[in-house]
Amino acid sequence: MEYKDDRGKPWRYEEDGFTVTRSSVWSPPGCHPTSCGVKFYVDKDGRLDHVEGDENNPITKGRLCVRCLALKDYIYNPSRVIYPMKRAREKRGDADAWERITWDEAYAIIKEKVEYFTEKYGPESMLVIAGTGRDGGVENQTLAHRILKTPNACYTQSGYACYLPRCTGSSYILGCAYPEIDYAGGLPGTYDNPEYRVPEIVVLWGKSTLASNPDGMFGHAIIDLMKRGTRLIAIDPRVNWINTRAVMHLRLRPGTDAAMGMAWLNVIMNEGLYDRDFVDKWCYGFDELKERVDTMPPERAAEICGVAAEDIRAAARMYANAKPAAIAWGLAFDQNPNGVQAGHTAMSLMAITGNCDVPGGQLFADMPVMEGHQFEETDTSTYGWDRLGDDLRDKCIGIKEYPYYVTTSLNAHADLMLETLETGKPYQIRSVMIHSSNPLAPSNSAQPLRWHAALSKLEWGWATDCFVTPTIQACCDLVLPLSTVAEHDAVTFTHYSAAPIVTGAMTKAVSVGECKSDQELLFELGKLLRPEYFEEYETLHDWLDDHRLGGKMRFDELQEEVTHQANAPYRKYETGRLRPDGQPGFNTTTGRCELWSTGFHALGEDPLPYFEEPPYSPVSTPEVFEEYPFVLTTGERTYAYFHSEHRQIPILRELNPNPLLEIHPDDARALGVADGQWVRISNLFGEAKLKAKVTPSVYPGLVHAQHGWWFPEEDGSEPHLFGVWRSNINSLVPHKHIGKLGYGAPYKCNFCKVEPIDENYDADMKRIEKMFERTVK
Amino acid sequence: MERSFGLLINYKLCTGCASCVVACKEAHGYPVGVWGIRVFDDGPWEKREGAFYGHEFNWNKVPVPTDLCDLCVERTQQGRDPVCVHHCLADVMRFGEVSELAGELAKQPGQVLWVPEYLPAGGAD
Repeated sequence: MEYKDDRGKPWRYEEDGFTVTRSSVWSPPGCHPTSCGVKFYVDKDGRLDHVEGDENNPITKGRLCVRCLALKDYIYNPSRVIYPMKRAREKRGDADAWERITWDEAYAIIKEKVEYFTEKYGPESMLVIAGTGRDGGVENQTLAHRILKTPNACYTQSGYACYLPRCTGSSYILGCAYPEIDYAGGLPGTYDNPEYRVPEIVVLWGKSTLASNPDGMFGHAIIDLMKRGTRLIAIDPRVNWINTRAVMHLRLRPGTDAAMGMAWLNVIMNEGLYDRDFVDKWCYGFDELKERVDTMPPERAAEICGVAAEDIRAAARMYANAKPAAIAWGLAFDQNPNGVQAGHTAMSLMAITGNCDVPGGQLFADMPVMEGHQFEETDTSTYGWDRLGDDLRDKCIGIKEYPYYVTTSLNAHADLMLETLETGKPYQIRSVMIHSSNPLAPSNSAQPLRWHAALSKLEWGWATDCFVTPTIQACCDLVLPLSTVAEHDAVTFTHYSAAPIVTGAMTKAVSVGECKSDQELLFELGKLLRPEYFEEYETLHDWLDDHRLGGKMRFDELQEEVTHQANAPYRKYETGRLRPDGQPGFNTTTGRCELWSTGFHALGEDPLPYFEEPPYSPVSTPEVFEEYPFVLTTGERTYAYFHSEHRQIPILRELNPNPLLEIHPDDARALGVADGQWVRISNLFGEAKLKAKVTPSVYPGLVHAQHGWWFPEEDGSEPHLFGVWRSNINSLVPHKHIGKLGYGAPYKCNFCKVEPIDENYDADMKRIEKMFERTVK
Repeated sequence: MERSFGLLINYKLCTGCASCVVACKEAHGYPVGVWGIRVFDDGPWEKREGAFYGHEFNWNKVPVPTDLCDLCVERTQQGRDPVCVHHCLADVMRFGEVSELAGELAKQPGQVLWVPEYLPAGGAD
């Protein structure tokens, strides 16, 4: 049979009465920037009829996940915000008090309020909150620093426990933004490119790639590689599906990753399995690191991690002997106060085995400038930190206590920001702008009840989003309608540009209501509030060309190409393409991979990796575990959802209708918990109710809870707030149990007890389908 | 003999992403509780008592077409793949003539070949 596909089609074409627009998408809905290829089929009335995967995308090749396949149900969802709306301050929390207004009125309100807070209390009194995984998230600094001129941009997750701890560690140890595994995404012909080599081993370390495309990596590339011969080593406490396909599976106790990494280094260094040539030429501090990891023989790590010493040895040897080999290191590194040190071990392994910036190893971006995070202060920064001036920068919350965190993330410190909101010290925060985030739900914040109390009392709150979230319902007086990925022109970089893979154009295919994109909002707010910084841009495309594409490419050219592959060379440390001065070497102080970190040393942190027990564990707090006997790990991704999004999409909700707690059959039997029964889990900090899934995915004594739950089908008004407190797993995550440099928090190495309850909160899918059917044109 | 068509699936590498499930529901307008294909999830369970490592567990995810699978006849008549095959993230589904797929089936274990029979509530056309 002759198969027909759309390879070679232009960026826009007509077919069977539809206008088809090809796009390389990011968000909203939230997702990691993978730059997946989609085709939007739009009918004669300008309405999106359906979405298909685009065969022309070099990475996804026509494949598409459920969240884009169901995009039409997101775009035309009847609960979507499609006009600007305001509500009186005293009506905050009343879901019925919203009133439609015009954009002119919305902008007039914003201008008046921003001028008021700036003049009366200083711009630092305005807090700007963003989350992860949306186009707008990476623009938090642009909005805060450049447009509102407040230093207080803030990602509200305790210890910034997502991605940035790994990235900033990378910038110190390897001098790059993030060394992702190389799956050939930037090479023409991808896996078949003659320069590429399939990794013999991929280590999946605290990274479950399939459901979430974590950090922007195309998760199913792992399956592509397995078909081409790659074997897997999994380092993960749980049995998830991919771990059943691994040749080795090290089920370590949550939070003990640094001990595991040190033991691997111990084996590889002592058995001489490292790349001597690379170590001699390009590593700094080998002997000091060896001395340190000699304190962690596999037998000691075995006791700490709960993994047999012979398995640790065998896995370390398998990794070191494979050429090339790559480590996919994930969120588990960030969600652990000891995670910066664990990351240090992983990056040391990449370095001493000679897998840095080689085909099929770890991929390095040309320059260590990650999108949204300029590590050097230059006048050309389009994000605005440099334009704040010393006085305002010094007012950024946390800059004195955690200078590494604040100056590398260009964010106010999350935990200290909560304390500032609560105490008014060193000054009162008066207003909040919330975009691309739902911190009460919670997709990120620890102790969301405290954030709720702190944010809902502020003088003014405003937001932009696609839906009225529990956070907006509780804290905001003005909401601006946000366009989705099918409704705007924008730019995406795979992996936030931390790995040189592709640059993609998102192209507007339909319009819904009066929605505007994050980029349109920045451009228009910039013109309104800070015209002196926006004089050079006449159109949105001018702004995209400069701000998103750095003048290297024009948006309208990219739009025609749809997806532009980086095709970057390898071994850039030999050619000077990793350093701004053009000299060979890595972009660190010593020009080498710093196994002994001069950067950490300068900050007063140990320059070498070390292991520290999680703040609450059977070892560090045995007395607490007498009453709360379970190790609690949280946050595995599902295909249906991106963090707190998508619960109002019936055909996605159907895949996972209720918040689940995984518990081992032995534990369930001992507690009298039946499969599918609701349970209450609690600890010293909070509680949540979830539905038990009895499964040996977890071992006895370990439970796993889903995150991000709220129930859009329920009452949105205070105090119910769409039931946001019922299954709110982050209520159990303690405040400010963070690493010495301010990064990392125990989201994945926490503790709890579990009790069966009689209540049944099962989702009524028929009701959900009826409420959220496709009715809006 | 009339040509018959089927779906060949490498279920050892099916990740359970549900793209087949959702693509089918979107394309056919099937509501909540109605499916053209579903993924059955067999695991994890211990292949031996005291199993600990991932490979000691059985865990296979198997897409199974339902009575409402019409193999996207309108698409396949134009030479396109069914939407489930087109969107499969693990790229483990093949559409084709049964005789041809049966040949592929013999080449490698861990596969299943479905030959769906379209049985809508009102009877087939």
